[in-house]
Amino acid sequence: MLTTVQDLGRWGAQSNGVPVAGPMDEYSHVLANRLVGNPPTAAALEVTLVGPELLANTEVTCAVAGATFALTRGTMPIPMHTVFTLRQGETLRFGARAAGARACLAVRGGFDVPPIFGSRATSLISRMGPFGGRALKAGDVLPIGSTAPLAPSRSAASNPVVLPLPPGGARLRVVVGPQDHFFTALAHETFFRSRYIITPASNRMGYRLEGPRLEHAGGADILSDATPIGSLQVPASGQPILLMADRQTTGGYPKIGVVIGADLPLAGQLAPGDWIEFARCTRAAALDALRLRHQALRGRPA
Amino acid sequence: MPSFRILPAGDAALMVELPARIDPELNTWCVALAETLTSSLGRVARDIVIGYCSVTIYFDPLAVDAAWLEAEVRARAERLDVSTVTEGRLVEVPVCYGGDLGPDLADVAAFAGCSEADVIAAHTGRDYRVYMVGFVPGFAYMAEVEPRIAAPRRSMPRMAVPAGSVAIAGGQTGVYPAATPGGWNIIGRTPVLPYDPGRAEPFLFKTGDRVRFRAVSPSEFQPS
Repeated sequence: MLTTVQDLGRWGAQSNGVPVAGPMDEYSHVLANRLVGNPPTAAALEVTLVGPELLANTEVTCAVAGATFALTRGTMPIPMHTVFTLRQGETLRFGARAAGARACLAVRGGFDVPPIFGSRATSLISRMGPFGGRALKAGDVLPIGSTAPLAPSRSAASNPVVLPLPPGGARLRVVVGPQDHFFTALAHETFFRSRYIITPASNRMGYRLEGPRLEHAGGADILSDATPIGSLQVPASGQPILLMADRQTTGGYPKIGVVIGADLPLAGQLAPGDWIEFARCTRAAALDALRLRHQALRGRPA
Repeated sequence: MPSFRILPAGDAALMVELPARIDPELNTWCVALAETLTSSLGRVARDIVIGYCSVTIYFDPLAVDAAWLEAEVRARAERLDVSTVTEGRLVEVPVCYGGDLGPDLADVAAFAGCSEADVIAAHTGRDYRVYMVGFVPGFAYMAEVEPRIAAPRRSMPRMAVPAGSVAIAGGQTGVYPAATPGGWNIIGRTPVLPYDPGRAEPFLFKTGDRVRFRAVSPSEFQPS
């Protein structure tokens, strides 16, 4: 079980080597927060593959977005993407998972854990964040913030535009570079024509992929530079690694491309065993896709 | 002015790329650019990351026009005044070399074809520049190690390297801030951690600092 507290990430401290962290599926994080009337920056729980059981110590308004879990309040089934209340002493249970990999549980008021460098996100790689930067375990008590200033979003609540969960795999759009010149023409062709499988050695830091080998034109080392989320770095093995939310701030492998922001939530809903294919994308198309995603989130489907 | 290119690093970051080499002048230029952009861009930049020979600017593509940002960065880079960069501080790091605290010192000595004492003398015998801080909180990439003792990364990384381990990999040297996996050659350990959240200044090293290692005896070494 891997459940962590996340907000939109610890931005602004990467020059000191502080990783950003944040949700694997930012879309569902923001949607769950909107449903309960929180600002998108509020801290919520990210539940991975197998969900926890949570006991309410006080009355709390909740919503769950992202991966489809069989949710129950006591014995009562609760649908995904709805607002519901847990009374004091009631239990919310994440049961069987039907689709997706990660769900976000938001509570009205947000989880009021102490921020570090301005963020409540859990970075497992750097052990920074609430609870010493670790995943939650049985017995942990999560403080809840005072009632959020925003009214629950009516448009989001009445017509939530839910992230379409990828069925067993996803085609992700990629802006090539910044080290595309480190790879042969054949490697580029292979990269955009092949199917890669997410191996079990994958986590919030990144997905190790397995598939046709990508040949470097020269060496497989660069002088270390920044590693954006979605980077596809390729070490000497020729097997790409897709860097995800809890990536390190810098790395020394060439990056053949970076997954566009609009498709990162889809990547965040993948699990070991799922496939990924890559499609070439311009920055202009990436921006259009991101705008569409953002409009959907605000309850105004384009 | 060094030649530079501005490249996209995905749809939410731009990278200013200089010729690929470990060069204090190029790195100083990167520090100057990062400082200039930090003040001129303000919150337009979500984050700015200095590499050995690159500067990466993160932005929100829904709020900032990438073409405008690229032009702005280019204009700042073209009239960059490197003389405004404040000189890095000298940071002294006490190290207890060898033994259980530096299990790879013998391997580095074998690589260099000299004694362990010679490796220590070589490692402490020059100052290093902090070229960048990254990977995990407080980790400083320092160079350049004397070529004779610049042993390459180990073929099998260790699963866990203790915090404070002082290590060499090729021309680079560094101090592990926390227990992490690692493939560098560990030659000693320092009680002064690169990241200590309880310290007034939590981060020991900044890009541009000079670092001098000083050998201390096991009795002087007191892990915090």
